Amino acid sequence: MKKNIYLKELESEAIFILREVVAEFKNPVMLYSVGKDSSVMLHLARKAFFPSKIPFPLLHVDTGYKFREMYEFRDSFTKEIGANLIVYRNEEAIQKGFHPSKNGIAKCCGALKTQALLDALSKYNFNAAIGGARRDEEKSRAKERIFSFRDSFGQWNPKSQKPELWNIFNGEIDEEESVRIFPLSSWTETDIWNYIKHEGIKITPLYFARNRNMIIQDNSLVPSDDINNQGSTKVKSRFRSLGCMPCTGAIRSDATDIDMIIEETIKAKRSERETRIIDHGSNSMEDKKREGYF
Amino acid sequence: MSDSIEILRFATAGSVDDGKSTLIGRLLYDSKGIFLDQLETLENDSKSKNLKEIDLAHLTDGLKDEREQGITIDVAYRYFSTPKRKFIIADTPGHEEYTRNMFTGASNSSLAIILIDSRKGVLTQSKRHLYISYLLGIKNIIVAINKMDLVDYSREVFTNIREDFLKLSDDLSVNSINFIPISALKGDMIVDRGVNLPWYKGETLIHILENTKIYPEEDFSRSCFPVQLVSRVDNEEVKDFRGYMGMVTSGKFKIGDNIKILPGKKESKIENIIVSGEYSQEIDKSQSGTLLLKDELEISRGDVIASLDYELKINQTILSQICWMGEEGLKLKTKYIMKHSNKNSKIIINKVLNKINIESLKELESDEPFQMNDIGQVEIKIQNNIVYDTYESNKQLGSFIIIDIESNNTVAAGIIK
Repeated sequence: MKKNIYLKELESEAIFILREVVAEFKNPVMLYSVGKDSSVMLHLARKAFFPSKIPFPLLHVDTGYKFREMYEFRDSFTKEIGANLIVYRNEEAIQKGFHPSKNGIAKCCGALKTQALLDALSKYNFNAAIGGARRDEEKSRAKERIFSFRDSFGQWNPKSQKPELWNIFNGEIDEEESVRIFPLSSWTETDIWNYIKHEGIKITPLYFARNRNMIIQDNSLVPSDDINNQGSTKVKSRFRSLGCMPCTGAIRSDATDIDMIIEETIKAKRSERETRIIDHGSNSMEDKKREGYF
Repeated sequence: MSDSIEILRFATAGSVDDGKSTLIGRLLYDSKGIFLDQLETLENDSKSKNLKEIDLAHLTDGLKDEREQGITIDVAYRYFSTPKRKFIIADTPGHEEYTRNMFTGASNSSLAIILIDSRKGVLTQSKRHLYISYLLGIKNIIVAINKMDLVDYSREVFTNIREDFLKLSDDLSVNSINFIPISALKGDMIVDRGVNLPWYKGETLIHILENTKIYPEEDFSRSCFPVQLVSRVDNEEVKDFRGYMGMVTSGKFKIGDNIKILPGKKESKIENIIVSGEYSQEIDKSQSGTLLLKDELEISRGDVIASLDYELKINQTILSQICWMGEEGLKLKTKYIMKHSNKNSKIIINKVLNKINIESLKELESDEPFQMNDIGQVEIKIQNNIVYDTYESNKQLGSFIIIDIESNNTVAAGIIK
């Protein structure tokens, strides 16, 4: 199959951005969350620097609540490609038993994800963090620059962003400040799947439909974390977007291969982040982003 | 999706309350580019404000402050597709003080939609939007005359505004201007024709967006490749590898091509090419890749690899059109950083030559330093030679940004004429 013109354009743009990061920053890192967007980003990085190895480490901010399949995939895949993987956890909060049902979603996310990320960036002195966020995911992300400035507290100020023209990215920062970089800004969920298909990119099996033990709550499917699966039902389902187990819902689906996923994505009536409980209520993405979340 | 699907990047510009956000909301809504859960949020928002119809404008206002104050603060990017094309919209706010956002949004666009409120007609802001589109080399302009429902869908109103606008664009070389009467609120002539504008025989907005030619006729001579990074690998698997990474900004290269490296006077031959992580015979315009040369040369970021027939300009002092974007005005004889063709250089702005009067769109001789949103010509002195071309013949080599050394802010955008 000849590569789609538009996939070529998106790929080329992302590779250009990744190379700019390496040229402009002393100590960049790529955020790797094991999901489909991270998998695409990692694939692009391998292409961008071929035949060299990826010239920056990968950072997984682990909350301890990820799916077993995600940990397995993370460890086997990064080993296979010889990537330098750093796993960082907010051990203090994990020791204290932070959980959304106990601390509330905002506090739990704040400690296990945002704080852990900021701590990791400062521990390793990373001044540029590449993330897989896309502008089509959520309305405050639609406002993001490709090179997005963060002050010395890791905060985003959407009201005073630098103008970003053509493909000329301003990478000038002072000590203690940093930049978040989003090479997949212009990609949509459908683009991601088309590219995964075109390139044969490996992804975790959680994205494919299978009979899974689910607790049915109102209209959502919550994965069962009980060893004996008490109160759960087998439902043919898959995950459209992956996060922490307590806060990630599944969708009913028969999509067992990529073609079926693409068809389902094109026809989808609801957005992919709907199953991410963390985005709802008072805990908006904008607020989290301002504090330093991706 | 068909294999030949293309991306159309376009900017939308309008003055405050021209209904720009509503138009984008309508495009997304009617082309099914919006999801149910996003729609439900909108419905709840509208209900809590006691509105009868859902407020499509809120779809694009991504920040809390924007929704609360009912204004758009910053450029937002929106995505939707039809079976023919993928669209990327740069939604740029219309406030006078945010003109720099229009510049930003339009810099990556190949089409601009300029909105005009049918009750207000052509405003100073419309002129500004037209001029910026022209300056940034956007050849396709759509003038969408909105809120036709509020002037009884009058053909006369539409015709008068069209005449006014054409007078304005006389002096500017814009390839095509399409005028469309629309009602973003009611949905007329956007995705569906509606029944209210029987006298209008032209195409709907989406039809034009789907069919406008995006890429100019390709000129395969005069090839050029600004170097982003030099890659050196020497390990057990890869022996003594040296490649130059970058993106082809014009023309194309193939193995065996004779090339020169500027600003020096070196020449060499292309020995191998990597595109998309694989060895390849050739590389096309707009593709990222890595070039391997026959000779071992001293080449660094910012150098330009070009075909022998490409006469690029090399100079340490240039004249350029700039749009000032900084909160603080331009300071002459002060050091700034210029980022041009992947390279940062220190510069000083020697003098201001002229300034555009936005009312008449004429160049007025002036040596007054620019304030935010001013556009005009300046003379710039650079610490080293740069390799450049005019913006018109090579967008990448003819554009740059200026960064303030103290604040690190991007304070100007430049277009080399």
